[in-house]
Amino acid sequence: MIGFFIQRILQALLVIIAMSVIVFVGVYAIGNPIDVMIDPASDQALREALIQRYGFDRPLIEQYFIFMGNMLRGDLGESFIYRLPVIGLIFSRMPATLELAVSAMLIATLLGIPLGLWAGYKPDAISSKFIMGLSVLGFSVPTFWVGLLLIMAFAVELGWLPSGGRGPVTDFLGMKLSIGSMEGLSYIILPAFNLALFKLGLLIRLTRSGTVEVMSSDYVRFARAQGLSERKVVGLHVLKNISIPIVTVFGLELGSTLAFAVVTETVFNWPGMGKLIIDSITVLDRPVMVAYLILVVFLFVLINLVVDLIYGQLDPRIRVRAAS
Amino acid sequence: MSEPVLRVKDLRTEFAVRAGIVKAVDGVTFEVGRGRILGLVGESGSGKSVTGYSILGLIELPGRIAGGEVLLNGVDLTKLKGEQIRRVRGAQIAMVFQDPMMTLNPVLKVSTQMIAAVRAHDNVSRKVARSRARDALATVGIPSPEERLDAYPHQLSGGMRQRVAIAIALLHKPAVIIADEPTTALDVSIQGQILAEVRRLADETGTAFVWVTHDLAVVSSLADDICVMYAGRVVETGAAADVIASPRHPYTAGLLASVPAEHEPGERLPQVPGSAPSLANLPPGCAFAPRCFKAGPACNTTPPVQHFEDGRTALCHYPIEPDSCQPLSSTSTTYQNAS
Ligand SMILES: Nc1ncnc2c1ncn2[C@@H]1O[C@H](COP(=O)(O)OP(=O)(O)OP(=O)(O)O)[C@@H](O)[C@H]1O
Ligand SMILES: [Mg+2]
Repeated sequence: MIGFFIQRILQALLVIIAMSVIVFVGVYAIGNPIDVMIDPASDQALREALIQRYGFDRPLIEQYFIFMGNMLRGDLGESFIYRLPVIGLIFSRMPATLELAVSAMLIATLLGIPLGLWAGYKPDAISSKFIMGLSVLGFSVPTFWVGLLLIMAFAVELGWLPSGGRGPVTDFLGMKLSIGSMEGLSYIILPAFNLALFKLGLLIRLTRSGTVEVMSSDYVRFARAQGLSERKVVGLHVLKNISIPIVTVFGLELGSTLAFAVVTETVFNWPGMGKLIIDSITVLDRPVMVAYLILVVFLFVLINLVVDLIYGQLDPRIRVRAAS
Repeated sequence: MSEPVLRVKDLRTEFAVRAGIVKAVDGVTFEVGRGRILGLVGESGSGKSVTGYSILGLIELPGRIAGGEVLLNGVDLTKLKGEQIRRVRGAQIAMVFQDPMMTLNPVLKVSTQMIAAVRAHDNVSRKVARSRARDALATVGIPSPEERLDAYPHQLSGGMRQRVAIAIALLHKPAVIIADEPTTALDVSIQGQILAEVRRLADETGTAFVWVTHDLAVVSSLADDICVMYAGRVVETGAAADVIASPRHPYTAGLLASVPAEHEPGERLPQVPGSAPSLANLPPGCAFAPRCFKAGPACNTTPPVQHFEDGRTALCHYPIEPDSCQPLSSTSTTYQNAS
């Protein structure tokens, strides 16, 4: 178990280092941020002074090592634009994205698993076919377009919900969250639902195919031969078996939702990390871009580690393999 | 024999597949008395497992029970629905499946599965259920049952898993247990132990068994009665000793001739020529005729059920006459070789 842990953490470190090199070189190749940072009309002396100050005149490799050295000390640099420490900047935006992503995952899970179970339990029912049709829509219709439709319907036409922005926030464990108040909730419903759609489709299909497979297995037939009720068959055998792929996909999707909620955040003008990174890219705010991408890699690695641990708990056969 | 506890009458089970309707069970009739063991014998694909599933009402689409009755203590199980049949399964009639690798859920502990089985019919605490599960494991000769309870199926050998499945079937002391080749995965000594255990159970508790197998050696040592199936039909029934001593159906005779114990070591075993027919396109009349050494002109019509002494039956136009019967019947002149 400990060996597995250490191996995983070393892997994670390697991934983060590789990622930082790629990002750094990539961003360097895009262009010189100085052109974006200062007024084109300003004189050469000021320009030179700034280049000196940020170290843009040094060789790439040196800039990289300075950056990494600072990072090891917990200093990811300062945003060129906001003139604020990058860490603080990202963390100030993180709660918004976090609550959006978690709400979306909750919606997708709480709807997707029961719907998928039903569709797999009664695959020939009309209702099941309808559910599967919906899941295809969730997959194939572009997020931004659904987002716009949602705004049109619920904000503009019906006027039930606000069309964008974040609304009032309340303090929770030092984070500012919308979900603490009813009014805040009304702001998060539409974007969370929008973000949930794709995952909903995915979870419905995953749950359904797992359910169909388990229901036709010999051990379910054997359970029925013992007189287990249908509720018990589904609650004990089916749920336990399908939880394994679901946890995996849940983890992957949570990671990608946290990192790439950009489209939804843009459509709903949600002030999360996605909007921050898009803004930073347009102005070549290098420290923010690099720090953000490294944070994303870190998140993915962390989530995968947790998923692997849960996985071992759920599937006894994996535990044996990991131990040997 | 007193009133049979399980009586299967003209049971018919069909599967609607692309090639047409497969009559996997086609008019099967047999009965088992209290404390008796019926050996259900037949080649692979003859419909033994489907018969077992049909009795418990476990046939799923594309299959369906097309007709017949399954009377358990006089109640027709084919008429029961939902909760009614659930209360019967596992409590009054249980089944042990053929493949021990697949009958237990790989991600649930043995204890979880057994406790669920106990509590399906008895409203007892988990603790009581667990101790009953432990006792059942001990009954089938599993060493250190307490530890086995906490194991996952993959940590047990095939033989152990099969015993767990048998223990589960025993939990509620059902009137009838259908055992689908439960000892084929076991080595000979363990098989012997289990067979002795089953015999004892039948004698002491009055549990009736339908013992599915294609091993005639098992049948001869264990069963009271025999029911031979071919292509979904019962071709011969009777007391086990009688059928083995003098089979009346040519198929049974062929099966018996191919049992190794009957021959000298090294001698070539005779086999029933040809192979089992596809159920989707059976020949008209007797399904066994193309492979039969006694086939005659009448065989392309449906054979009658012939009744013999001691309640024996055979589904055949030209049944084998026992050696004691000297004069051959008039039909014997038309005997010919199928080849
Ligand atoms: N789900 C199904 N769909 C279609 N046909 C089926 C299905 N289940 C069984 N059958 C048909 O029923 C026939 C009898 O199968 P069954 O499993 O009862 O044979 P068996 O006598 O138990 O053989 P074995 O000794 O190999 O276990 C098979 O030949 C198969 O064609
Ligand atoms: Mg079988």
